[in-house]
Amino acid sequence: MIRCRGLCSGYHGRPVLDGIDLDVAPGEMVGVLGPNGAGKTTLLLTLSGVLSPAGGTVVLNGRNIASMTDKERARTVAAVPQRSGSAGELTVRSLVLMGRYPYLSFLGGYGPSDAAAAAAAMAAVGVADLADRRLGELSGGEFQRALTARALAQESDVLLLDEASASLDIARKMELYTLLAARNAAGTTIVAALHDINLAALACRRLVFLKNGRIEADGPTAAVFTQPTLSRIYETDIIVIPHPRTGTPQALAVPGPGLGAVPV
Amino acid sequence: MPDIRVSRTRAMARVLPLLLAGLAAVTAACLAGAYPATPSEVAVVVGRLLGLSLPAPADATVTAVVIDLRLMRALLAYGVGAALAVAGAVFQGVLRNPLADPFTLGVSGGAAFGAALSLSLGLAASLGTSLATPGLALLGGGATLAAVLALSRLAGGLRRETVVLSGIVAATFLSALLSLVKALNEESVAGIVFWIMGGFQGKGRAELALFAPCLAAGLAAIWLFVRELDILLLGETQARQLGVAAGRARLVLLTAASLLTAAAVAVSGVIGFVGLIAPHACRRLYGGEHGTLLLQSALLGGALLVASDVLARTILPGGAELPVGVVTALCGGPFFCFLLLTGRNGARP
Repeated sequence: MIRCRGLCSGYHGRPVLDGIDLDVAPGEMVGVLGPNGAGKTTLLLTLSGVLSPAGGTVVLNGRNIASMTDKERARTVAAVPQRSGSAGELTVRSLVLMGRYPYLSFLGGYGPSDAAAAAAAMAAVGVADLADRRLGELSGGEFQRALTARALAQESDVLLLDEASASLDIARKMELYTLLAARNAAGTTIVAALHDINLAALACRRLVFLKNGRIEADGPTAAVFTQPTLSRIYETDIIVIPHPRTGTPQALAVPGPGLGAVPV
Repeated sequence: MPDIRVSRTRAMARVLPLLLAGLAAVTAACLAGAYPATPSEVAVVVGRLLGLSLPAPADATVTAVVIDLRLMRALLAYGVGAALAVAGAVFQGVLRNPLADPFTLGVSGGAAFGAALSLSLGLAASLGTSLATPGLALLGGGATLAAVLALSRLAGGLRRETVVLSGIVAATFLSALLSLVKALNEESVAGIVFWIMGGFQGKGRAELALFAPCLAAGLAAIWLFVRELDILLLGETQARQLGVAAGRARLVLLTAASLLTAAAVAVSGVIGFVGLIAPHACRRLYGGEHGTLLLQSALLGGALLVASDVLARTILPGGAELPVGVVTALCGGPFFCFLLLTGRNGARP
C-alpha cells in the first residue's frame, strides 16, 4: 500500500527525514511515535504529497507519488490534520463536503452523491447534528471530529492522522480510535502519528519509532513497546507494565527528583 | 437529512433583498438630480430602452438626462461596487486576512500612476479619446500586478506573507513615482488629485464599455475557482491534502481579483471601503461559503456604491458634487468600527 525507499524530506533545504525505508501493507494500522522533532509530521506531510521527497521514493498503491495528479493523490490518501485556524464562518457541512473535492471535475459542483457521502461521514463520527453550525462555534473536540468526517468523506484507501487526538479529552480519544479501528477492520489502511504512546499501544498493532529523522524501531507493538526501547528513544527512564484489563503494554515515566512526592 | 440543494435555495432566497436594494438604488439614481424628471417619465424612458413600444416623452431632454447621465452612471457605479466587493472577498479569502482589500496588492497604485502619466502628458487631447486615461490606468494596474506576482514568486512562491509584502513594496514605490510626476508637472496636480479621489462625475457609457468586459472576465475566472477559494481558507497544507493545486488556484484568483480592481480604479479612481465592508457584512449575516458570499457581496457592493453616488451628487446644495469615496468612507468608517467591536461572526474569543 505504502512503500518508502531511502526517503529524505524536509523544509526549504533543511533536511528532516534521512533515509526512511518503510512498508505498510493494505489494512494495517500503524502508530508513528518518537520525541518532538523526530520527523513524524514531516513523514505524514510527505506521504500526503504536501512535501516532495528530496530524495528516495514514495509509492502508493503501486504508483510513484510524484507521478500522481493532486486529485488522484487525494483520492488515495486522506489526512486528518492537527487543528485548523480561521475559516470560522464556514459550516461543518461545507468543511466535510470539501472531502469530496478530489472527485469533482474541473467545472462540476458538489452533487447529490457527494452530499450523501458527506452525510454518511458526519453520521459516522457523530457530527450530523452539528452540520449547520459554524466552525468558529465548535469546541476543539467537535472541530476535530468534523475534520475526521471530512477525511472519511474522501473515501481513500489510506488515512493519515497527525496528532489528531491532541486536543481531545481521554473519552473522546477512545471514541476516535474506536471509530478508526472499525474503519481499519473495514479495510482502510491507517498511519497515525501520536505523542500519547499508551494510546498508540492500545490502538495500533504495529509501531514505528522515529528519532532524528531515522527509524529507530519498527515492529509489532508487543515487540517494540518495551522498557529498554522506550527509555533509549525518549532518553528518560520509562517502565512498562501490562494494562490491568487488556494486558497491552503501557508506559509510565519514572519521575525525576522533586516529582511524584505527593503522599498517597 | 437536509440536502445541500435545500441550503443553497435558502441562501439564494437571502439574495432577493439585496437585489431589491440595488434596484431601489438605481431607481433613486434615475430620479434624483437637478433636472426635473417625474417617476412616470423615468418609467417611460427606461421602458423604451428595454424595447417596450411606449410613446416618447414630450421633453426629449428627459431621455438624454435619464439614460445618458443618470442610468449609465448608475450602472457603472453598480458594476464598480460589485467588482470591488468581489475583489475584496477574494483577497480576504486567498490571503486569509480580514483586513485585506482590493488595494492590498498595490494594483490601485499602478492604475493611479498610469492615469497620472496620461493626465500630465495630456494624452486624452493628443490621442483624441477620453478613454486614454482609463486605458493607461488599466495598463498600469496590470503591469503592477505582474510585477508583484513575479516578485513574490521569486521571494517564496506566492505565500501570503510574501504576496502582501510585495504589494506593499509596489505601492510604496508607485506612490513615490506618483509624487515625482506631480512635482515635475504642477499644472496637472489638481487633475491628478481629483482623478485619484474617485467618483463617477461625467462618467457613463464610454467607461461602461471599457469596464464591462473586464468585469465579466474577472467574475468568470473567479467563479471557476470558487470551491478552491473555500478550501484555501484552511491553508496551503490542507488544500493540498484535499487535492487542490493550491499555487495555480491562488494565481488565478489573485489575478482575476486584481483585474477587477484595476478596471474599477481605471474608470472611477480609488474608492475605498466598499471592498472591505460588503464582504464582511455578508460574511457576518450569511456565512463564509464563497459560492453564495461572492454573489451576495457583489449585490451589496453594487447597491452601496450606487446609493453612495446618489448621496454624493445630491447632498451639497447648488449642484456641486462630493467625491463618492468621501461618502463611502464617511459611512463605512463607523460601520467598520461596529463590525470590529461586535467581534467576528461566531468566533470564539
